[in-house]
Amino acid sequence: MSNQDSGFYIRRLHSLLGVIPLGVFLIQHLLVNFTATYSEEAFNFAAGIMGNLPFVILLEIFIIYLPILFHGIYGIYIAFTAKNNVGRYGTYRNWMFLLQRISGVIAFIFIAVHVYQTRIQVFLGEEVNFQMVEQIVANPFWLVFWIVGVVATVFHFANGLWTFMITWGITQSPKSQQIMSYVAIFVFLVISTIGLMAIFAFV
Amino acid sequence: MSTTATETKTIKLSIKRQENPEASSYWEEFEIPYRPNMNIISALMEIQRNPVNAKGQKTTAVTWDASCLEEVCGACSMVINGNARQSCTALVDQYQQPIKLEPMSTFPVVRDLQVDRSFMFDNLKRVQAWVPIDGTYDLGPGPRMPEKKRQIAYELSKCMSCGVCLEVCPNVNNKSKFMGAAPISQVRLFNLHPTGSMTKNERLDALMGTGGIAECGMAQNCVEACPKGIPLTTSIASMQRETTFHMFKSFFGSDHEVN
Repeated sequence: MSNQDSGFYIRRLHSLLGVIPLGVFLIQHLLVNFTATYSEEAFNFAAGIMGNLPFVILLEIFIIYLPILFHGIYGIYIAFTAKNNVGRYGTYRNWMFLLQRISGVIAFIFIAVHVYQTRIQVFLGEEVNFQMVEQIVANPFWLVFWIVGVVATVFHFANGLWTFMITWGITQSPKSQQIMSYVAIFVFLVISTIGLMAIFAFV
Repeated sequence: MSTTATETKTIKLSIKRQENPEASSYWEEFEIPYRPNMNIISALMEIQRNPVNAKGQKTTAVTWDASCLEEVCGACSMVINGNARQSCTALVDQYQQPIKLEPMSTFPVVRDLQVDRSFMFDNLKRVQAWVPIDGTYDLGPGPRMPEKKRQIAYELSKCMSCGVCLEVCPNVNNKSKFMGAAPISQVRLFNLHPTGSMTKNERLDALMGTGGIAECGMAQNCVEACPKGIPLTTSIASMQRETTFHMFKSFFGSDHEVN
């Protein structure tokens, strides 16, 4: 039988990238969005800083696009190798296992569409600003799509923190895993509230 | 002739049957006379004595695996009313009828309720779930085991390789090669052992191979379903930590590969 193989390192990389840089970027992105609750100018100012960072395209490629493509594509492969059985074993953690896979697939689709609606439009000559987002969420379909997408993405991140802590061997005892569950719920509630408040600032 | 009041109480069983590994499965109903304090095995033995199904048709006796009949060998594991467990300690009186018996679906069926658990045994061999003490000369007494480690090891040593943790795991299936909780927990057991720990890196390497620990999805069904109450998810998390350290140590180099 084989000894160590690449699978182990790929899974560890998958876990790491989900938090650093993707999780960090998610929070940062939602905080920039949150400035929309202050004023249109505040949002345009914050988005402008992000959009005008030096070497922004390299930052995007290495901190966002490559990690998210790897995490997303490999994650979908992982999701489809599971045989879910919450019907038989309906425990909290088994539900979280299923929801982690569902939210991951939703997040991946949402992010793909979201990048097309915003970032790709920049290459086509548009400008990312308050009005652009306002126009998108004026359509009820896209509004619901964004709400579902943001909630799914934040859920995937928060629950992913819980699995991250086990994957890297930080939370070993049942007690520490239980406390981490509460932390994950707290993170989910706080970050998704920030994300949703930001969306509704454009409505 | 005087008629005595005949006992009409019966037990209804619904059994998922399969003639051979290639055949397709089907359900067959049975109704057998009730006796007090029966377990699933004694119900199956009743069918074996009189292989007639609920329609009164003669049929083949149902095949199942069993050995110790006291829940220490793990051989008689099956899915009873949707839950994987040992059939020897599953008491008929505690189940809603008809009692549904199915083979564990994660393993290939040999016949009826009998499954082939080689997948698990192969993985136990692969992770070297033993303490190597064979040599060409007497190696003498091994190091003493600290009491605290012994207490943990005792809990882990209760594993009877029944396969229930693999059956309930959403990541152990025909689409993945994941070995499941039992072999991972056995690595923890033998790496805790003072003599066993001398070869702990080989076991960690095996855990880092295809189907190894990284494929755990943390649904944590294993620890809920384990009939021996083994802290399987603690074992998995412990081995996650050990493999993380092992990864860094083997890449960056370390004099503490074996403690």
